[in-house]
Parts: sequence; C-alpha cells; structure tokens
Amino acid sequence: MVEDWKSYEPLIIPDIPNLHRIEVYEEHDGYRAFRRILDNPEEWSRTNVTNEVKAANIRGRGGAGFNAGLKWSFMPQPDERPRYLACNGDESEPGTFKDRNIFEFNPHLFIEGALIAAYAMSVDVIYVYIRGEYIDWVRIFEKAVEEAYEKGYLGEDILGTGIDIEMYTTYGAGAYICGEETGMLESLEGKRGYPRIKPPFPAQKGLWGNPTTINNIETLANVPLVINNGADWYQSIGAEDHNGPVLYGISGHVNKPGVYEYPAGMPVEDLIYDVAGGIRGNKELKALIPGGTSTPVLRADQLEGVSMDSNSLRDAGSMMGTAGMVVLDEDTDMVDLLWRITHFFHHESCGQCTPCREGTGWLEKVLLKIKNGEGEIKDLDLLLDMTTQMEGRTICALADAAAWPVRHTINRFRDEFEERCKKSVHAVA
Amino acid sequence: MTEQELAFTQDELDEIERIKAKFPTNKAATLRVLWVAQEKYGHVKPEVQNLVADTLDLPRSHVHGVASFYTQYYKEETGTYVLDVCTCLSCQVCGGYDILHHLEDELGIKAGETTEDGMFTIQEVECLGACGYAPMLQVTNGVYANNLTKEKVDKLIENLRKGKKPEFESMVMRQNEKRKKELSQ
Ligand SMILES: Cc1cc2nc3c(=O)[nH]c(=O)nc-3n(C[C@H](O)[C@H](O)[C@H](O)COP(=O)(O)O)c2cc1C
Ligand code: SF4
Ligand code: FES
Repeated sequence: MVEDWKSYEPLIIPDIPNLHRIEVYEEHDGYRAFRRILDNPEEWSRTNVTNEVKAANIRGRGGAGFNAGLKWSFMPQPDERPRYLACNGDESEPGTFKDRNIFEFNPHLFIEGALIAAYAMSVDVIYVYIRGEYIDWVRIFEKAVEEAYEKGYLGEDILGTGIDIEMYTTYGAGAYICGEETGMLESLEGKRGYPRIKPPFPAQKGLWGNPTTINNIETLANVPLVINNGADWYQSIGAEDHNGPVLYGISGHVNKPGVYEYPAGMPVEDLIYDVAGGIRGNKELKALIPGGTSTPVLRADQLEGVSMDSNSLRDAGSMMGTAGMVVLDEDTDMVDLLWRITHFFHHESCGQCTPCREGTGWLEKVLLKIKNGEGEIKDLDLLLDMTTQMEGRTICALADAAAWPVRHTINRFRDEFEERCKKSVHAVA
Repeated sequence: MTEQELAFTQDELDEIERIKAKFPTNKAATLRVLWVAQEKYGHVKPEVQNLVADTLDLPRSHVHGVASFYTQYYKEETGTYVLDVCTCLSCQVCGGYDILHHLEDELGIKAGETTEDGMFTIQEVECLGACGYAPMLQVTNGVYANNLTKEKVDKLIENLRKGKKPEFESMVMRQNEKRKKELSQ
C-alpha cells in the first residue's frame, strides 16, 4: 500500500500548461526516450527495449492488467507480412473516463510510447482507434499526430534512421464491444465489431491476418517513463506486483469527482475521503465499484485496509479493471443499479453467442421484474444460476463481465434484493 | 430525395481518398465514409448507405450491416439537435434520469422521439466517458454538456433554439493547478 502519496507529482499528466503542444513537450524532455533508443541501437536493441518494459511489468490499463512487455514478446519474428500496433482508445467501460485526458493534455507521451512499442516489435503501422463519441478529442489528438509528423518522429526514415512507422487515427461509431480487442480489429477492418474466436491470437493473426498487438492508451503512455528512468525505478512506484502511476477516474457520490493521477496501490479510503473530498452531503459510504462496471462491487465494510492494486482488490473480492471507481452512498438503490448494469450489457452484447445474447436479456428482464416489485425470492437464485451458465462459454469476456456484477451484487446485498421481492409477495397476496 | 440526386462533392471525394489511404482495403474505410455521409445528409438512411457502398465499390449489404450495428449512425431522420442523455452507471446514480425526464417534460416528447417542430430528438444512451462530470449529455454526436442541472438544461435548450451550441469544456485534473489557472485567464 502506498502511504506517502501526498507528495506525488503526476507523471502521465503533469501540471505543465500547453504540454499538448510538441515544442512544450520537447522542452520537458519529450521524445527523449525515443531518441535515446534510436541513438543507441546496440544498447537499446528491439529485444532490450522489450525486456526492459517486461521487467517494469506495466500492467495493461485497459482492464485485464496483463504485462505489456510480455505481450509484445508474443509477436512472431518479422517476415514479409506487415505488422501492426492497434491502440485501444475505445474507453467505453462505464465508470471509465481517463484515456481522453491523455489525448487532451499529454498526447505526445502516448505517441512516444506507441513509437517505442512499434520499434520494439518492428511494427510498420500504428492505428489509434478512438470511440466515435470522443470526436472532439479525436480532433485534438490528430493535431498532435500532425506535429509529430512535421518534426520527423513519424513517417518515413524517422530522424534519419531509416526506420518507417506510420500512425493513423481513426474512430468508431458507438459500440462498447469495439473496446474488446478483436472487436476493435474487426471495426478497424470496417466491419461490425464482432469479437473473434481465439486462438489464433492477434499476435499471430490480427489486422488483415497479420501480426498485431493491442494496447490501451494509458498503458503505452507509461512506456517512455520506463525507458527514461529504468524498470527498477518504475517498480519502486506503487504496490508490490502492481506498479507505476495510475489515472484513477473517480465518479459517483463524492464531493470532488474527476481523474486523479497517483501511484498504483493507493489506499481506497484515502482516494475516497482525502483525494475526492469524501461523500457528498456527509452521507455514509455504502459501496464501491473499483474499476468499471464489470468489476464486482465491494461493500463499505469490505474496504478496510484495501488498496487499488490487483492483489489487494483480489483479496477483497474484486478487481482493478480500469481504475474507474464508482463511489456509492447509503441512499443508492442496489436493485436499480444492478438492473441498469444488466440493461447496459444486454444493449451492448453483439449477439454472436447464445449464452450472452439470451443471458444478458434474461438478466435484465428478471431484474426489471424485481425492481418493479414483482419478483420472487426464487428469482434471485435463478439469476445466480444464470450467471454460472453464461460464464466461460462465449467468444469474448463480455458475458463474464455481465455475469460478475449480478452474482456479486446479489450476494453482497442479498437482504436488499430479498426485501424488494418479499414486499411484492405481500402486495400480490 | 431520390437516389439519383445523392452524390458526394469533389471535396468530399478527396476526403474519402485520404481516408482510404490509411487502410489497405476499401472495406476498412466503411465507418469513416458513413461518417462523411452522415455529416453531409444528417443521417444515413438506406439510400445514403447505398451511396457509401457504391462510392467504395462494396456490396450494399455490407454497408447496411455496418450502419445498423453502430448506434451513432442515424438510420432515420432526426431533429436538428439530438440530445444523447447518459443514464448509465455513474450518471444514473448522479441524477441522469432526472435530467432525462426533465428534458422529456420540457420538450413534450419521450426518449427516442422528435419534437414536432423538428428541432430536438432525445435519446437515452450508455456511458459516454464523462462519468466524473455526471449527469451529462452529448449534442448531436458532438460536444459534451457536463455537470448538468435542470437550470443548465433549460439554458442549453434556450441556446440551441437560437442556434448556439455549447462550447468544448476542458476538464483539467484538479491536481493540475497551473493548467487550471492558465485556462481561467
Ligand atoms: C467487453 C470488453 C470491452 C473492453 N473495452 C475496452 C476499452 O474500451 N478500452 C480498452 O483499452 N480495453 C478494453 N477492453 C480490454 C481489451 O480487450 C484489451 O485487453 C486491452 O485493450 C489490451 O490493452 P492493455 O493490455 O494495454 O490493457 C475490453 C474488453 C472487453 C472484454
Ligand atoms: S460474449 Fe457476447 S459480446 Fe462477446 S462475442 Fe459473444 S455475444 Fe458477442
Ligand atoms: S456513466 Fe454517464 S458518462 Fe459514464
């Protein structure tokens, strides 16, 4: 757990006015990591870069927390095929609103990170896929890409090294499932965002059948920090086994919602009460969804001593997800909340797999019944049973992501759900 | 509009060429060219989808499939302004439904409907990635209106009736004191 966070100075989004402009970014050591690699190709061979990033253990900030460098090492040896890096800026997990800050306030850090990743994996083309609703941020980001081209960091013969890397920005048109990595690849290919069956994994057969790695925007923004300061330094920030700076998106019933940058492993209570100013209207904390809709809700009494890192959250019974924390006060109606969550997943299921398409629909239907006071206790067990039938049986993890909140919210707030049911039984009888 | 009258201008065709250049296949440009078409016509009804398909030399069925999959494409004509109110997770618990219902009352329509004067369409949408600034809405796939109250919504409607859209609002991290100061200057 991190204790000395009060003196922490943001690294991903530092307090530097106009940092989104390339001259300002360069003045503050911007593109130094990338230049350093290009200037010392022996010390910083592609393998060495990958190994350094692997040693730093940058955990994927898109939700799954996978070691970025390790993922890069899955790319096959270069052959005649083109190679791609697809950067995931779909940011659609409810409760998550962090990557847009990178596009707006420090886009070059991300571009530099993506360039380093592209170098390490011998990638030819970087696609940056941004959700369509973020069109204002797309425009902002496109300007940064233009600047990077003008300065010679992108394009042909980068800084005279003979290396060619293109970066193309594109955007979606409204579909949560395009955040799932293979759904995103399909969307990039101009199709419906239907996730693909894995294997083959994208590193083997990704975009147009070619080797492709997918990383989240924030994940890649961490990369220049590692190259500039070393894996050991990076490992010294945050919690054991979960390192580096994290953009915490705090929303819900707090006095000062917003995105905050602090080390991984922040004490949950410090984030809620100190950083985000405590619960609105002096109410009591009821529960926390720690990292986006899919991560299991924790009751206030489960939060004592818990910190925002994968181990601590796992022990507490949840997950880090996207670190999009939704804080819920004592007045929150958990039945309404859960119904709305199932509505979301039902709406966003792409419909390819029967357990997901039908399952999310049934979850929503049964919860609506309970919400409307027409449910019976046995409906709760029916819901729990449905979650086990949905889990692990589908092409992508959306079905799991829909099942978990149902299971954990009912189990952790069973009384509240039963009360809704009982009342209805009396009323009907 | 009959199908014959639908056509892209030379400028639009140039833009489409620039989009195509980003990808190894024409198909990959589908989403972006649908966007170009929607910007031009305000919707992508079937005849507009056909124009996109023909321009990219793709099967019409492919473009129909894509247009129907993505929620931001308007498959029917909408009001001048489409108000996408988020009622998802964080917005739900911060009064997103109150905002939606207030709008419905003020405009005399339900979510999914358009006012008789053709000015406003209301839609209820999923998380727009502005959860810390809840409740919020998006105006016609464009600018976000954050931290809404009923008064703010009334003002927004009043302004939109006059053709005045809200401006892009930069949400600086509270930790970034210097940036905030600069922004307020
Ligand atoms: C249904 C679903 C939605 C997802 N949405 C996003 C998203 O919006 N943004 C994102 O970065 N990752 C999202 N992911 C995770 C991606 O599949 C993928 O793991 C991630 O982009 C990899 O990058 P990382 O390793 O850097 O985190 C989603 C996963 C699932 C199953
Ligand atoms: S699990 Fe659901 S969202 Fe994922 S591929 Fe299957 S139907 Fe689509
Ligand atoms: S829940 Fe409304 S913007 Fe995220």
